[in-house]
Amino acid sequence: MNLYRKRRIINAINLTLSMVAMAFGLFWLGWILWTLIDKGLTAVSLDVFTKMTPPPGSSGGLLNAIAGSIAMTIAGVAIGTPIGVLAGTYLAEYGQRGWLAPTTRFINDILLSAPSIVIGLFVYEVYVASTHHFSGWAGAFALALIVIPVVVRTTENMLKLVPNGLREAASALGAPQWKVIVLVTLRASKAGIITGILLALSRVSGETAPLLFTALNNSFWSANMNAPMANLPVVIFQFAMSPYDDWHKLAWAGSLLITFGVLGLNIVTRFFFRSKTTLH
Amino acid sequence: MEAINSLKPKIEVHNLNFYYGKYHALRSINLSMPEKKVTAFIGPSGCGKSTLLRTMNCMYALYPNQKAVGEIMLDGENILDGKQDMNSLRAKIGMVFQKPTPFPMSIYDNIAFGVKLHEKLGRGDMDDRVEWALKKAALWDEVKDKLKQSGNSLSGGQQQRLCIARGIAVKPEVLLLDEPASALDPISTARIEELISELKEDYTIVIVTHNMQQAARVSDFTAYLYLGELIEFGETTSIFTTPKQKATEDYITGRFG
Repeated sequence: MNLYRKRRIINAINLTLSMVAMAFGLFWLGWILWTLIDKGLTAVSLDVFTKMTPPPGSSGGLLNAIAGSIAMTIAGVAIGTPIGVLAGTYLAEYGQRGWLAPTTRFINDILLSAPSIVIGLFVYEVYVASTHHFSGWAGAFALALIVIPVVVRTTENMLKLVPNGLREAASALGAPQWKVIVLVTLRASKAGIITGILLALSRVSGETAPLLFTALNNSFWSANMNAPMANLPVVIFQFAMSPYDDWHKLAWAGSLLITFGVLGLNIVTRFFFRSKTTLH
Repeated sequence: MEAINSLKPKIEVHNLNFYYGKYHALRSINLSMPEKKVTAFIGPSGCGKSTLLRTMNCMYALYPNQKAVGEIMLDGENILDGKQDMNSLRAKIGMVFQKPTPFPMSIYDNIAFGVKLHEKLGRGDMDDRVEWALKKAALWDEVKDKLKQSGNSLSGGQQQRLCIARGIAVKPEVLLLDEPASALDPISTARIEELISELKEDYTIVIVTHNMQQAARVSDFTAYLYLGELIEFGETTSIFTTPKQKATEDYITGRFG
């Protein structure tokens, strides 16, 4: 009975500590979200989606920045995803022998944790400096460099979750290795790999530092990926630092849009994970 | 029962040694498996019976540190000499594993998967082949209305029969069964055993099993392995009634193992 009481007390203490930790985390998260909704929602209007970023003192919106963000994010993910998926597949399926795979894995881990501002500087040095102008493509390349390590890592992990028995069963039917990979293992881990790509997408949609050095900004509408391109993170950065009240409002509106965009992506991600668990 | 020497051998193993890295897992195995008969490998865990089975379709070659030395003759041709095309070899030698391994695709596509690798069939011919294989594996009546459903939606016993059907659909000459019923309930096990008896009319079957009653029920010949060595090999009836080796007798009577 004494032992039982002791266990109950220890349980109560641990449970309380966990709850306090959770409440602490939730408090800040709730505060951030509340501030964002409070300040952002009043600033969001139809103008935000239909007008260009204004000079101080006149009315305007964020259309060019929204469009630029979407274009560069999609281009970055489109460039980074095939490279990431192929490299991750190599690591998981062919990486049992030799020195190349462990080395690649090690470098990928470095890239995964590299500060994004370093990646921005790198693209500035090798691309922007040699073409002598900022551009949407430079921004997309910088974002792709952030996408690649995330996708490599998740693809490898998801493929490693596929039981070896499945590979052996396909090989035992006389399937060459590339068919085993394309038709069986990649298909078995499809949901997980898509989740990884969506996670990379939400990661880059809020990146500011790499775009500051590469795409810069543009106050006007531009669909030219070879010219400087407006984007939400840099617009938020500039407008929030400015002394103008209407620019502050637009910065809040932009923050709200990014946050809810990422939230929406995470909901989609969860949906994919759920359909994965029913698979096996 | 005919004597083993008068039967045509399908697979002959000559002086086979197997290594997992430095570990010597099979020692000088010599064995001959007759055509269209069931040969069972029995023995305690870790004795090398699954390893022996996995050399017969070169499954070990998927792993860099596994090595087989010796000869395995399939219809008189050595499959270990490195000159064989592994993929067409594996089309001739089907394998079913301990755990059911349906592919993440529909029941129909599971069966068609192996066939497509080796033959180009029109849609009607493929439909016929899928039906034929599922009927052979005694699964057709249970799945004929849901061929488009995922293979994972079936029960464990059905999944295992799906895997057998998938192996048969390629029309192999040999079927290797690696403890095919050990993860199944008694009713599913009985169905698999019935199936083995029917399949031996057309195929040479080699089965690894932990269950000695199962070996006695389904096999014509039995090999007893212990610590990587072949202790005794002969007709199942004589192995189970009058074993020549004391070690075999101890194992099958349950005094050991």
